[in-house]
Parts: sequence; structure tokens; C-alpha cells
Amino acid sequence: MSAKPKVAFYWCASCGGCEEAVVDLAEEIVGVVEAVEFVLWPCAMDFKRADVEALPDGSIAATFLNGAIRSNEQEEMAHLLRRKSQYLVAYGACAHLGGIPALANQFTREELLRYVYEESPTTSNDAAVRPRPDCGVNGHRITLPELKQMVRSLDQVVPVDYYVPGCPPTPRLTKAAVAALLSGSPPPAGSVLAPDLALCEQCPRKSTKPVDLKFMEFKRPHQLRLDPETCFLAQGVVCLGPATRGGCESACISGGMPCSGCFGPTSRVRDQGAKILSCLSANVEAREPGEIEAVLAGIPDPVGTFYRYGLARSILRRDVSLAAEPVTPRAS
Amino acid sequence: MNPGTESIYSPAHGWQPRLVAFFCNWCTYTAADLAGVSRLKYAPNIRVIRLMCSGRVDPQFILEAFARGADGVLIGGCHPGDCHYVEGNYKALRRFQLLGRLLRDLGIEEQRVRLEWISASEGERVRLVVNEMVEQLRALGPLNLPEKMEAWDREMTALEETVHAEALAAV
Repeated sequence: MSAKPKVAFYWCASCGGCEEAVVDLAEEIVGVVEAVEFVLWPCAMDFKRADVEALPDGSIAATFLNGAIRSNEQEEMAHLLRRKSQYLVAYGACAHLGGIPALANQFTREELLRYVYEESPTTSNDAAVRPRPDCGVNGHRITLPELKQMVRSLDQVVPVDYYVPGCPPTPRLTKAAVAALLSGSPPPAGSVLAPDLALCEQCPRKSTKPVDLKFMEFKRPHQLRLDPETCFLAQGVVCLGPATRGGCESACISGGMPCSGCFGPTSRVRDQGAKILSCLSANVEAREPGEIEAVLAGIPDPVGTFYRYGLARSILRRDVSLAAEPVTPRAS
Repeated sequence: MNPGTESIYSPAHGWQPRLVAFFCNWCTYTAADLAGVSRLKYAPNIRVIRLMCSGRVDPQFILEAFARGADGVLIGGCHPGDCHYVEGNYKALRRFQLLGRLLRDLGIEEQRVRLEWISASEGERVRLVVNEMVEQLRALGPLNLPEKMEAWDREMTALEETVHAEALAAV
């Protein structure tokens, strides 16, 4: 048995991009591999749930969990890894804020399943077959995880010690987080392991951001030829920089795209979507309701734009017109 | 909630709309004050929060009010051109217009948020707007977000309880 600290990586409702971010450590991953012992990393190594179950409680130094919590299997793994780990780290936007999967919180589970398995234009499913949590085939019993009624961030399911933000987190933040947690003096519990400053502060186009923003219209990036040096907001393009935490090394900005908010809010903001809505709309130039409406029409989908990564963590958490379905008893 | 107001919201009296109001210090709050000293009677369902300017109404406040059980939110500011801080009420108006759309997309009816320009001399208008909005909220019915959030959370507590029970059994 080695004395190296044990580390686990796990994924829930995610796209795999966060795993890619770990691999993006490139040759430096060798250093990580030398310093720690992996006990679970389903994307890259062959460990099973039983291996984790066999570990004593609290024996994993740090678990980096990416992805939102969407199904009861993910929920169970979150509880299991919480119990086995000293530090549980919400890694990436989905575990931190709900991420893209949390946009599903605009619909009920029934609406989603019906659309995907019956109504979408490319679906041909006359018998309306849907995945079932428990069914018998040729005398065998087959079980599947069941979707929860809503998508949750990790900290809405189990207590979380740290957050590494980003879609995906940068290699630099990842490396810093691993080093900080394995050092003798870990950061204060509950910290987001990234600078607590708005992205605008670090933006390479900061010098071109006007003191007084005035929006005559909102354009989407494909609708105009963008100047590569000038602040997106000054060009009338929705950029979430003012309401988003920095630390991403301005990756999107440098790539010619405005910030879409994946690092989540700074510590002073409770609701990222409400804050960017406030910032953008207050600076519209027009004063007449009709003219204001015409300018704001340039933002056709406020929920998808302002809560692209954070609907699960918004103050409202989901479409509030959706009642909770009765909790179905778990298959025994 | 203080004990004096608790009784009318108790189950025995049935549901009553809760209206949270953000009134600007210079116009609408003064108008509400005038309504008071003029002894105008209006629906007691309103809770007024006094701010220096309608431009101070952060959209987060409105979401928070709903999340904590408000059925409606009323914002009162100075008439266009009359803002003590020149621009504040226009900012409030623009935020209100976009927030209304966002809330509609998130399942909150647009009538649950209302923006009104009420100057310091329009005490009568405070009475009218408050009564009208309370009636509208009564027609819409309760939003009741705290209870919905509890129901959403219940989905999570089931497994948590099992896990805790197992952990206790293992000790």
C-alpha cells in the first residue's frame, strides 16, 4: 500500500470536456501521477464502484467530480464519494453551477422524455418505448438509472468543499487546485479556486471598454464583422464578462468570442443571470418603452443567454411553473 | 413577520396575496406616506421597502422576494424626467422590461411584477395601484415558491436519509 495521497476523478451529467481538461495537463500529468495514487477515474482507468466501496470512509484525499447530478445513479455516486473523501471538489461548470444540462430545468422530466423518445422530428418510435428503470428481458432483470425531476449542482446534493470553475477548467487552475489541496494549508472551505474578480478586470480588451456603455442594439457575433481589439460590449455584443469570475485566461475573448459566463459569478453575486441582465439592460440608450423593447429584442433568449451555465444555482433554480411530480418509489 | 400581522395569513383565514413593494424615497414612498396621512385605505397585503431610487432595485431583490414567498412585486419610482438621480428610473424601466421576459420564460406571470411611476403628490394613485395589483394577484393565485422548493428538495432527502441511516448502522 503506497503512502501517496489517494485521488479520484468522477463524472456525472457532463460532456467529457472536464476529463479532457485533466488530460490537457499534457506531460505535467506525469508529475500528478507520480505524486498521487488514483483510486477511481472511469474515463481513463479501469476501476469499479466496488473498488471505491471497499475503501475506508474518508480515505480518498480529494475527489474531483465533474458534471451535474441528473440521475439517481449519479446521486448515489455523489453520496458514496462524499463519504469516502476528505475533500470533495466540484470540478467544472456543471458540478459547480448545474452547467448546460441544467437548462433542462425549463422543462419537466415528462416533457423531456416525451419529446426525446416520441415527438422529436427524427424519432421513429411508434410503440412509444421509453427507458425503464427496471425491466425483464429473456428472464433477466435489467436496471437503468432513473432521471431525477431536475438537474442539480453537486452542492445541492452533498456538501462540497471546493469549486474549480470553468467549462472546462483550465489546466493552470486544475494544477493549482491539486497543489493547494495536497499542500499542508488548504484554502478556506467553500472557496471557488479562481480569482474573485470579474473577467473584465483581466480582459485583454479592457482598455477599450467605455466608461459609459450605451447599447443602441444587441447583435449576435455572427451578425457583424467584429473588431478583434475592441470590447464586445462596445460593439453591441452580449458578453457576460462583467458578471463572470475571471481566471479563464480570457480564453474565449482571445479566440474572438464573447464570454458566455462559464466561470459563474464572483463571491459578491448571488444570481449571475439577474446581475448580467441588470448590467446590460440598464445601459440601453433608449428611454421609451417601445424603443427599449426593440433594443432588448436583440436578446431573444434571456434564460439561455444569462443562465447558460447557472440555471440550477439561480435564485429560482428552475421554471417555477413546474410542479414537483410525486416521488416515485425506488426499484427494490 | 410580527405577531400582529400573522393572524390574517394563518390558514384559518385562507390564502392572502403577499405583495412586496420597492418604493423610491423621493416620489413613491412619499406618495405612500401621503396616502397614510390622508387616511386612504388600501389593501394590507403590501410590504413596502424604501429605497433611495427605483434604479436601486437589483433584479436579484425581485427574485429573492419571489423565492421567499412573495406573490407579486411592485416597483414605484418617479415619473420619467423627474428622477432625483436623473437616470435611475430609466434604468429601472429597462431592467423591468427584460426581467419581465426572463420571468415569463421561467414560469412567473408578467402581472406579478409591476412598475409604476407615482409622484410624491399622488397618494390616491398608491391606493389605486396597490388595490388593483392585490386583486390581480388574488385572481392569479399563490405563487408559493418556498413550498415548491421544499417539494423539489424532498426528491433529494429520500436518499440522504437512507445514507445517514446506513452510516449510523455501520457505526
